Amino acid sequence: MSTNNNNNNEKKVVLKVENLRTSFFTRRGEVKAVDGVSFTIHEGETLGLVGESGCGKTVTGLSLLRLLPEPAGKIIGGEIILDGRNLLELSKKEMRNVRGRLISMILQDPMMSLNPVYTVGDQIAEPIYQHQGLRGERVWEEVISALRLLNIPDPDKRLRDYPFQLSGGMRQRVVGAIAMSCHPRLLIADEPTTALDATIQAQYIDLFKDVQRKTNVSILFITHDFGVVSQMCHRVAVMYAGKIVETAPTEVIFKNPSHPYTSALINSVPRLDRKVERLYSIEGQPPSLMNLPPGCRFAPRCPQAAGICHEKEPGKKTIDDNHTVSCWGVE
Amino acid sequence: MADIILEARKLVKHYPVRHGIMQSFQGLVRAVDDVSFTIERGKALSLVGESGAGKSTTAKLILLLEQLTSGEIIFQGQDICKLSQAELKTSYRPNVSAVMQNPWSSMNPRMRVRDIVAEPLVVNTRLSKNEIKSRVGELLEQVGLIPDWADRYPHEFSGGQRQRIAVARALALNPSLIILDEPVSALDVSIRAQIMNLLRELQEEFNISYLIIAHDLATVRFMSHSVAIMYLGQIVEYAEAEELFENPLHPYTRALISASAMSAAERERERIILRGEMPSPINPPAGCRFHTRCRLATDICSNEAPEAKWFGSHFVACHRAEKEETIN
Amino acid sequence: MNTMVEKSKNLRLQQRTFAWRGQVMKNLSLIIPVTILSLLILSAIFAPWLAPHDPINIVMQDKLLPPFFLKGGSMKYPLGTDQLGRCILSRAIFGARISLAVSLVVIVITAGVGTILGIIAGYLGGKVESFLMRVTDISMAFPSLLLALLMAVTIGPGFWTVVLALSILGWAPYARLIRGETLKLRSADFVAQAQIIGCSPLRIMVKHIFPNVVNSLIVMATMAVGMLILAEAGLSFLGVGIPPPHPTWGYMVNEGRSFIDSAWWISTIPGILIGLVVLSGNFLGDWLRDKLDPKLRQI
Repeated sequence: MSTNNNNNNEKKVVLKVENLRTSFFTRRGEVKAVDGVSFTIHEGETLGLVGESGCGKTVTGLSLLRLLPEPAGKIIGGEIILDGRNLLELSKKEMRNVRGRLISMILQDPMMSLNPVYTVGDQIAEPIYQHQGLRGERVWEEVISALRLLNIPDPDKRLRDYPFQLSGGMRQRVVGAIAMSCHPRLLIADEPTTALDATIQAQYIDLFKDVQRKTNVSILFITHDFGVVSQMCHRVAVMYAGKIVETAPTEVIFKNPSHPYTSALINSVPRLDRKVERLYSIEGQPPSLMNLPPGCRFAPRCPQAAGICHEKEPGKKTIDDNHTVSCWGVE
Repeated sequence: MADIILEARKLVKHYPVRHGIMQSFQGLVRAVDDVSFTIERGKALSLVGESGAGKSTTAKLILLLEQLTSGEIIFQGQDICKLSQAELKTSYRPNVSAVMQNPWSSMNPRMRVRDIVAEPLVVNTRLSKNEIKSRVGELLEQVGLIPDWADRYPHEFSGGQRQRIAVARALALNPSLIILDEPVSALDVSIRAQIMNLLRELQEEFNISYLIIAHDLATVRFMSHSVAIMYLGQIVEYAEAEELFENPLHPYTRALISASAMSAAERERERIILRGEMPSPINPPAGCRFHTRCRLATDICSNEAPEAKWFGSHFVACHRAEKEETIN
Repeated sequence: MNTMVEKSKNLRLQQRTFAWRGQVMKNLSLIIPVTILSLLILSAIFAPWLAPHDPINIVMQDKLLPPFFLKGGSMKYPLGTDQLGRCILSRAIFGARISLAVSLVVIVITAGVGTILGIIAGYLGGKVESFLMRVTDISMAFPSLLLALLMAVTIGPGFWTVVLALSILGWAPYARLIRGETLKLRSADFVAQAQIIGCSPLRIMVKHIFPNVVNSLIVMATMAVGMLILAEAGLSFLGVGIPPPHPTWGYMVNEGRSFIDSAWWISTIPGILIGLVVLSGNFLGDWLRDKLDPKLRQI
C-alpha cells in the first residue's frame, strides 16, 4: 500500500511510548517481558508490532491498557503518552475512563470475547452506556452506526441476535463494533486474524482499512504474520525478547531489513511467488526472559555476531527517514 | 509409468445429523463428497482448503480413523477397506504413519520420549529391548535431537522439538507414506522453517511420500509436488504445484492466492475479496458449490455441477475456467 | 513524577514478603490435614503399642471417669472411660484401625471395579457403554443404607458384611467419573496416534487412557476416605456395622447416647474424631485436585 510517510511529521502523534518496561514477578524470579520499548503512532496510521511468541508484543498491548494480570504483572518504568497525557500517572478510575473510550482492544478469539448470554446489541451498547452517558434511543442509534461502520448487514435485526447465531467472521465484526462504538483514538488488535481462514482474513483486513479511513483511528496491530503486516500496516516494529530491534515503514522492512533477526525472520518464511529450495532457519531458541544474556539478546543466535555484541546492548540508531535499528552491525 | 503408492477413489464421508430426544434424522453433513487423488512414491501431495473444506476428514479417512461412507482407498495395489484388522496390522499400519498439528496433545504426557518413539516398534515388531533402544537413538538423531534426551517427558521440550519427536515416531517403521496434518501451523515462524527443512530432507533421503493437509499456500508451495484445492468437501482444482501457482484456473484458488500474498510484487496482482463465508456442509449450494461467493458466477453455475476439465494433468471443476487465462 | 513507577520501586521487596506469607498459608491447608491423616494411619498401624489400655477389657470400678482436662480426671485415662470402664483413648486408637481398614478395602474394590468399567464404557462406546451406564445409573439410584441394613440382617453383621455393603454400590461414582474422563481422552490426538500405530484397544486403555485418569481417581479416592469412615460409623451407630466388642467410632457414639448429659465424652470424642478425619480427607482431596489439575500447571 502506498503510504504517506513523508507527511508523518505533519500528522499528529496520538500515542508515544517511551522506554516502557513491564515485568512479571513470579516465584522463580523476575520475567522481563517488556524491557525498554519505544514507539510512536500517528493519527490514522497502523503500526505493526511483529514478533514470535514470548517476545513481549501482547504484554506491550496489555500494558498500554494497564490490564496486566495482577499481582504478578507490573509496569516498572517508562511513559505511555496518549494525546499528551501520561497514562501511567492516572488513577485507576481515570484509567477506566480511558479503556473502551480512548483506547480499545480486540483479541484473537471472538467467541471468547463475546458474552454468550447477551445480545449483540447489548454488548455494543455497554461501552456507550459506560462512557458516553447516553440513554434510550440515542444509545441504539449509536449501536446501529457502529454495526454499519463494520459493514454488518441489517443492523437493526442483528442487534437482537446472540453470538451463537452468527458466523465466525460476523462475530469478529461484532467484536470490532464493540471496540469502535465510542470512537476511540487508538485500537489495539492482538492477533485478530490468526484464527481466521485466509479468505475471511482478507475480508477482515479490508474492513479494518475501511474503518480506519472513515474514522481516522490509529491502530496497533500485534501479529506474527508478515503477510498480514504487508497488507495492513503502514509501519512495522519488530520485537525480540522484550525489545524492539527494528522499526521502519513496511516496504522498507521487506526490501531492506537491517537487523539480522528481521532479515532472518523474513527469509525463513516460505514464498508464494516463487519456488524456494531451502528455507533459512535460525539456529537455537529465544532466550529465557528470566536469564537474559549480557549484551544484545539476539547475539547467541546471530550469524553476524561480533565480540561487542555479547558484551554490550546496542543503542538505537537512525538509518533513514523513520528507519531505526538496534544493532552493532549497522553503521 | 508413475509409481503410485496411494490412490483415493471417489471418497465420500457423510455424517448424519440427529436432533432431539428421539434422535430424529435431520440431514447429512457432507464432509467429503467425491474426492479422488493419487500420490506417487517419494512425492508430496497437499490438500489445501479452509476450515470446513473436508481436508482433515479426508486425512482421517486415509488413516482409517473414520469409516468411509463410500469409495475406495488403494494402497500399493490393495484395497485396504477390504482388509481384515489383522491384515491391516501387517500390511497397512506399519507403512502409513502420521504427524499431527498440535505438538502438545499428540503425545501421551505420561510417557517418556523413548517409549513414545518406541511404541510403533513395540506394537508391530519382535525386536529386542536393546535393538529398540538403539533404533530410538538413531531416529532421534535423524530428526536433529540428542539421543540422551530420550528419558525426558514431552513437557520438557519446546513445541518445535516435540514436533521433531513426532516425526521420529512417524519414521520408526520406515513408512512409505506419512500423513502430515498441518505439521507447522502451531509453531513459531522461525521454528517452522527448521521443521519444513527437516521434512524435505527426510523425504529425499528415505523416498517417503507425504500427504500434507495445510491451509497456508506458501508452505504448500515449498513442500509439495502436487496440490489439490478443496472447497466444501470437493476438489475444485488439482495440479502439480508449480503449474497451480503459476497458472491458477479456479476462481477460488485465485482468491486464496490473493489472500495469502505477501510481497509488494504480489500485491500488484489482482486483489480478490470473496463475499460471504463458506456455506455449511449440511446444505451445500446447488450447482457449483462455490457459486455463492464467486465473482464470475453465471446462471449455469447455480444450476449444474461443473464437470471435470483436464488441461494436461491440470484438473479444474469450473464452468468458467479456460486455459490461457482469458478471464478477468 | 510518575506515581505508578514510584510505587513500583518498592515492588521487589513487597513481592517477596507477600509471596512468603502466601506460601505458608497455602501450605497450612495441606499440613494440617496430612498431619491428622498421618496420625490416623500411625494409630492404626501401631495400635497395640500406642494404646495405654486394653480396649476390650471391662474394668467396672473405673467406669465413667472424665478426661484429664476435667475435674476428676487423670492421665491414667487421658480421655476418660465409658460405662464399662474401658479407656476411651485406647478404644479410639483401635477404632482407627478398623475404620481405616474398612475404608481402604472398600476404596480398593470400588475404585478398581469402577475404573475398569468406566474406561471400558468410555473407550468402547456403543452398546457396551449404554449397558454399563444403565447399570451405573441403577446403582446410584439405589439407597445404599437400606441395602446395608438388608445385608446385615440376612448375612449377619461383621467386617466383610460392611465391606460388601459399601462396595456393592460404591463403584458407581467412580465408573461415572472415569467414563467422563475417558470420553475426553478418547478424542485426544495421542490416542488417535496410538490407533494409527496399530495398538490394540486393550493396550490403548491400559497404557494411554489409564495413566491419564489416575489423577481424577486419586482425588476421588481421597475424598472417599472421609465418606467411608462416616458411612461405617453410621452403620455401626445403627447397630448393623461391625459388632461389639470391637471398638468402632460409630459404635462408640452409639454407646454413649444414654450418657450424653452426664458422661458426654463417650459419644463426643469419637464424634470429633470422625469429623476431623472427614474434614482432613476433604481438604487433602481439594488440595490434590488443584495440584494435579493440568490446566493450572502453568508457571
